Amino acid sequence: MLDVTKTRADFPILQVEAHPGVPLIFLDSAASSQKPEVVIAAMDAYYRQMHANVHRGIYALSEAATNAYEGARAKIARFINAAEPAELIFVRNATEGFNLVAFAWGRANLQPGDEILLTEMEHHANLVPWQMVAAEKGAVVKYVPFLPDGTLDMAALPGLLTERVKIFSFTAVSNVFGTVNPVKQLVQMAHEVGALAMVDAAQAAPHLPMDVQDWECDFTAFSSHKMCGPTGIGILYGRRALLETMPPFMGGGDMIRRVTLAGSTWNELPWKFEAGTPAIAEAVGLGTAVEYLTGLGMDEVHAYEQYITTYALEALSEIDGLTLLGPSAQQRGGVAAFTMHGLHPHDIAEIVDKDGIAIRAGHHCAMPLHHKLSINASARASFYIHTTTEEVDKLVMSLHRAKKVFRL
Amino acid sequence: MDDSIYREQIIDLYENPLNYGELDAPDWSYEEDNPLCGDVVRIEVKLGADGRVTEVAWRGDGCAISQASASILTEEIKGLTLDEVRHFDKDRLLELIGVPLSMARVKCALLSLKVLKAGAYGIPDPTHMREGGS
Ligand SMILES: Cc1ncc(COP(=O)(O)O)c(C=O)c1O
Repeated sequence: MLDVTKTRADFPILQVEAHPGVPLIFLDSAASSQKPEVVIAAMDAYYRQMHANVHRGIYALSEAATNAYEGARAKIARFINAAEPAELIFVRNATEGFNLVAFAWGRANLQPGDEILLTEMEHHANLVPWQMVAAEKGAVVKYVPFLPDGTLDMAALPGLLTERVKIFSFTAVSNVFGTVNPVKQLVQMAHEVGALAMVDAAQAAPHLPMDVQDWECDFTAFSSHKMCGPTGIGILYGRRALLETMPPFMGGGDMIRRVTLAGSTWNELPWKFEAGTPAIAEAVGLGTAVEYLTGLGMDEVHAYEQYITTYALEALSEIDGLTLLGPSAQQRGGVAAFTMHGLHPHDIAEIVDKDGIAIRAGHHCAMPLHHKLSINASARASFYIHTTTEEVDKLVMSLHRAKKVFRL
Repeated sequence: MDDSIYREQIIDLYENPLNYGELDAPDWSYEEDNPLCGDVVRIEVKLGADGRVTEVAWRGDGCAISQASASILTEEIKGLTLDEVRHFDKDRLLELIGVPLSMARVKCALLSLKVLKAGAYGIPDPTHMREGGS
């Protein structure tokens, strides 16, 4: 199994104190992960040794920068087993990936009355862009319900996945329940009715081995900052055949082949979708992050998270008055969202923060999910490759303390 | 382990809120949520013949800070004129709450004031109506 003492040494921030004398226990990787030294160093080295704009200069430095940028794309393509790097578009984050598909593909392909199928457990990133394009095109957004245990209602799927559905976009892993959805099966079901399938991999890419060719998905999007990489960059993957027929999303430099005052023609993939100077150092950082994760082994990463999540779910479930959201550890990734009787999530987060523990409180950008559960908010602890059982124990102790403060 | 924001008074008010409930025929009733956390507060106010707040009630769902704040605020505005309600100073409310709040929690603390003011500005000012006469 993954040696957590070793991985902890990779993350400089774990040496930081949350408050004077109180060590940091970071249990909010699902919102944004911390960065290993190698990623920070790679970005630093890029700026110190090879920065120039990409795809433009004739000089050696610009060529080095271009190689670093395109080299990162190739590394990430291998990480998700894409057929070729040109199927990976550098975007700012997963959110931009969804907007790109909703607008570039949706505007060109959706007709009034067409349906877009999502699920009730989606993050706003995989919800709002579709609602926007649906309103514009007269399309209809429908949702696959989830069951009380936080898994998708598979029985409801056939009734919803009709020939009217043009795209089915769903999350691989829920950022609240942690539910790991049956991606391959869902993609297949979409394809059977002639719909495209898009996968939200924001909570999958950091935690599970990913293989887009095995999934057979048409699009997927994820964010670098949740997978040990820097902020400001993410990936949209699309099958070449689809990306080629899609119009560009944004116009500007780099995305064109030829511009005249009468009009323009588009560059080839992937640059057709990368208008303007990209986030070069960030691409280099993400490239290093996937190398780091590959070095640990994504199977190992997943196994370790299963171990720590099983441990945490057991420990948390022993707290009186605490209700866990979502399915059993076997069916979930490394997140544990919960509510506590008589204690609001904000108050929980505030009290555990005093013990140096960072957890999230709120709706985690999944308001429809919380609404269906008839709660306004939940608290969420999430675990990653540096989380120890001692840290989980401290969380449990701190939650007991929170109950005491509130005389519960 | 400094939990000074949860001093006794805050927890007391969380457990036993003041002015909690609804009014019969209020002059205004206004509800809003904090989109960051989904917490909701509704405040209902009745003015007397002299234009001062005679009755006030609130309802809501939220954290200890937002709930205690609603109790404290609704106590404090009894007897104030509409104009005084509209100009109730946010620093005054924070002072009354009297515990050190982080930036995120200041939003929780001020939700009730936001709701109160939105409601207070939403109704015609009775003194204006008298003066304007139109
Ligand atoms: C499941 C899921 N999808 C999408 C996103 C959006 O990621 P970003 O804000 O980096 O675009 C997140 C981030 O919280 C997420 O958890």
